Amino acid sequence: MTLASLNLVAALPEIWLLCAVSAVLLIDLFIKDEQRDITYALSLVALLGSAVLTIQGFSWTPRAAFSGMFVADAMSDVLKLGMYAAVGLMLAYSRAYAAYRQMYKGELFTLSLFALLGMMVMASATNLLTLYVGLELLSLSLYALVALPRDSKPATEAAMKYFVLGALASGMLLYGMSMIYGATGSLDIHAIAAKIADGSASRTLLVFGLVFIVTGIGFKLGNVPFHMWVPDVYQGSPTAVTLLIGSAPKLAAFAFVMRLLVQAMPGLLVDWQGMLIVLAVLSIGVGNIVAIAQTNLKRMLAYSTISHMGFMLLGILAGSAQGYAAGMFYAIVYAIMAVAGFGVVLLLSRAGFEAERLSDLKGLAQRSPWFAWMFLLVMFSMAGIPVFVGFFAKLAVIQAIVDIGLIWLAVVAVLFSLVGAFYYLRVVKLMFMDEPTDHSPIAVKLDMRVLLSINCLAVLVLGLMPDRLLQLCYESIRHSLGML
Amino acid sequence: MSEHLLSLAIWVPIVAGLIVLATGGDSRAGWARVIALLGALLGFLVTIPLYTEFADLHGGMQFVEKMPWIPAFNINYHLGVDGLSMFFVILNAFTTLLVVIAGWEVIEKRVAQYMAAFLIMSGLINGAFAAMDAMLFYVFFEAMLVPLYLIVGVWGGQNRVYAAIKLFLYTLMGSLLLLVTFIYLYFQAGKTFEIAEFQRVALPLAVQGFMMIAFFFAFAVKVPMFPVHTWLPDAHVEAPTGGSMVLAAITLKLGAYGFLRFALPIAPDAAREWGWIIIALSLVAVVYIGLVALVQTDMKKLVAYSSISHMGFVTLGFYMFADGAPTTYGVEGALVQMISHGFVSAAMFFCIGVMYDRVHSRKIADYGGVANTMPKFAAFFLLFAMANSGLPATSGFVGEFMVIIGAVKVNFWYAFAAATTLIFGAAYTLWMYKRVIFGEVANEHVAELKDVNLREFAVLAVLAVTVLGMGLYPQAFTEKMHTSVDTLITQVKHSKLP
Repeated sequence: MTLASLNLVAALPEIWLLCAVSAVLLIDLFIKDEQRDITYALSLVALLGSAVLTIQGFSWTPRAAFSGMFVADAMSDVLKLGMYAAVGLMLAYSRAYAAYRQMYKGELFTLSLFALLGMMVMASATNLLTLYVGLELLSLSLYALVALPRDSKPATEAAMKYFVLGALASGMLLYGMSMIYGATGSLDIHAIAAKIADGSASRTLLVFGLVFIVTGIGFKLGNVPFHMWVPDVYQGSPTAVTLLIGSAPKLAAFAFVMRLLVQAMPGLLVDWQGMLIVLAVLSIGVGNIVAIAQTNLKRMLAYSTISHMGFMLLGILAGSAQGYAAGMFYAIVYAIMAVAGFGVVLLLSRAGFEAERLSDLKGLAQRSPWFAWMFLLVMFSMAGIPVFVGFFAKLAVIQAIVDIGLIWLAVVAVLFSLVGAFYYLRVVKLMFMDEPTDHSPIAVKLDMRVLLSINCLAVLVLGLMPDRLLQLCYESIRHSLGML
Repeated sequence: MSEHLLSLAIWVPIVAGLIVLATGGDSRAGWARVIALLGALLGFLVTIPLYTEFADLHGGMQFVEKMPWIPAFNINYHLGVDGLSMFFVILNAFTTLLVVIAGWEVIEKRVAQYMAAFLIMSGLINGAFAAMDAMLFYVFFEAMLVPLYLIVGVWGGQNRVYAAIKLFLYTLMGSLLLLVTFIYLYFQAGKTFEIAEFQRVALPLAVQGFMMIAFFFAFAVKVPMFPVHTWLPDAHVEAPTGGSMVLAAITLKLGAYGFLRFALPIAPDAAREWGWIIIALSLVAVVYIGLVALVQTDMKKLVAYSSISHMGFVTLGFYMFADGAPTTYGVEGALVQMISHGFVSAAMFFCIGVMYDRVHSRKIADYGGVANTMPKFAAFFLLFAMANSGLPATSGFVGEFMVIIGAVKVNFWYAFAAATTLIFGAAYTLWMYKRVIFGEVANEHVAELKDVNLREFAVLAVLAVTVLGMGLYPQAFTEKMHTSVDTLITQVKHSKLP
């Protein structure tokens, strides 16, 4: 392996982040509890550095590194920028929350940043092994983050469930990957694609492996019928961690699916398309229907995530550049909405009180009109009502599947999103049409107030002018997949 | 200025609404009211040139504005009005102005948000009427639900939450199928959302049939037509007075407008084939819902059912085909009926609101002999009740009469069934009027009633003048719409089968 084929420059953001996290880890050892803000600031510096490096290195042409095990292309770069923003906002939103719960420690920061590193590797990996390594780095960091409040029973339980099911899913994935390796004799996604295309690999073995890979992906994305961990983990985790789990990893998961299915196995499109249709329909259906029955806000948002991930799959399964771009747009938009949504939940929590029931939202319009309006934007956006950006995300994926003639699927998807509209409306009803039961004032620090407002307003502003972001998604998909 | 009239009609109320919203809490409610009034007035003034500068003989779109909005989907910010839509933009701005005045001191809770919701909704509705791009239409059509939901849900009566959610979900169900239809047409028409292109694209009969179903669900729910009308009485009963006025005067028209702009020109062959279903449902609405209105004990419910019955005339007028196209009388009558109903129903709901603000009851049984304590009010109410039952020389007569003439040309029995409304309409409206207004003073609430104040008098007088004016000189309306209606009829006559 020559230094030229290493091409470390392409992986500069990852390398910087790894060094920065290690530094944060060390420095934090010498910092007293009351000076924890230093760790916070350093973490933000780490994020900022990665962002600068990513933007500076941005190029439409894919740049391979590590002898083709890693690639920095437009798709991964855009997604990475989304991840930095999501993790940065998560750290900012959870400061007060973490301080109340004795979670404001170095581990919160380092684990979050390690999780981010895992996501970045997932987004950029072009080899089954690098993909897997990235996924595990993310998953292991998240398991530990969930269990961060050591003496909290729900958190420990959630971590346990997450770990056991996550390990099972990883096992499935590895099993599937090993079969693909057996059939094609390669771990490199481009080599696999070429082998499948020339027809020399055993089709039976490939499809068999594909089933396991799709199962693994289904687990990680939280698609029905592999979704059982999602509500439990969302509910049990400290809200700050739920925010993290619910946002940035979805971007990484999108890239993961793109690399594994679209780039490595385009020759098996018909096979995985069918499987993804089943996963998508079930996710959209079950996610939306079961969400209605929830009384816990976090569980409700968990089921909402399940249905949104189903919608994202709709874009991918369309199998066209349009569809992939729609899926990418959906993932980014969802991440923005999820961060904003959980941000408001964090806002309602305070010392000794964990806001997580739907009824905690009662009368928010009287307690804090501004944030009630902000949350209203997010809820209507999630419900897919224009002019909020969530509508355009749904429009993009539905357009992609109508384009390939799956009109029935489009009708099913919109009808279930009608069901979904009900529980989002109920949240608005609780905030605006009910009297508050809890009159304690909502104390918000200025930085959080500003950031959360920008975050929520982004949902409206992006809805008024979604074109830039849409074009960015189209362009990055076209350049990254070479579909010019 | 004049090339941006439609944009002004849309954005002036929305911006005014946002400013009102920014005034904040009820401590500054006075400011909120004044700004809202100015915004609504300005919003109304900018729509007047739409009428005065309208070229009668120009069959196409006027006051056109076009610029790309979302090039990725080829969605354009493309506005324009023709004789079919122009009146509704003005009617909407006019109603908004009345609503702001109607809610002046009646609304005490969260005034700024109330006024802002109405102003923003007004702008969005104007957008839906003026949109020439199907997706732009859809965005406005849907977005309008958000303020409407809040209006009913926050300022409504006892059972407001149920009504608000029912209203939202019913209308959303219809619109979502519309969305899929639009996306399908987008590909058929060569990746464009232009409504004009949609109207040109050739479609097989089966596809047109499915589209007609989708359009039916989207627009029939809004109209509302029997049997998807059940949300309306609930929403009306629970909505505040202003909400009912806008709902009856404007949002129902949006559904009927959808039939005219989308369902008829895009699926004309399906309309020829299955139009009888719509006619049947319209006649059921006219006759059966008219009878339902007769037995109501709640005034608002009664007027709500009467709205459904009157809107039956509109869809009847659209779908009565002679020689493979709707008749001029039918369509123009329906349009006149839509405008007239906008004034009359707004007036009826306002009258009920006037009484409700004083007595806090909508039950007919709680009133009686109101004429003794509120003579001025009783006179106005009588005029509107007469207009509602279709008395000649009021606006209510013109539209119904034209539709009935159109119906006679097509089929005598259609006309016969439709004409029963002149009996039922008079029966339920005047019987309610008799029980509420005439007779002995029923109870101490009625005895303590104060007659209308200046604000209420102004609203009633403006509405009365319009209702009478439109009844005496309907040409002011029909001459503007005539060319556009002819264009539409030629369009529908032309088969779109490939």
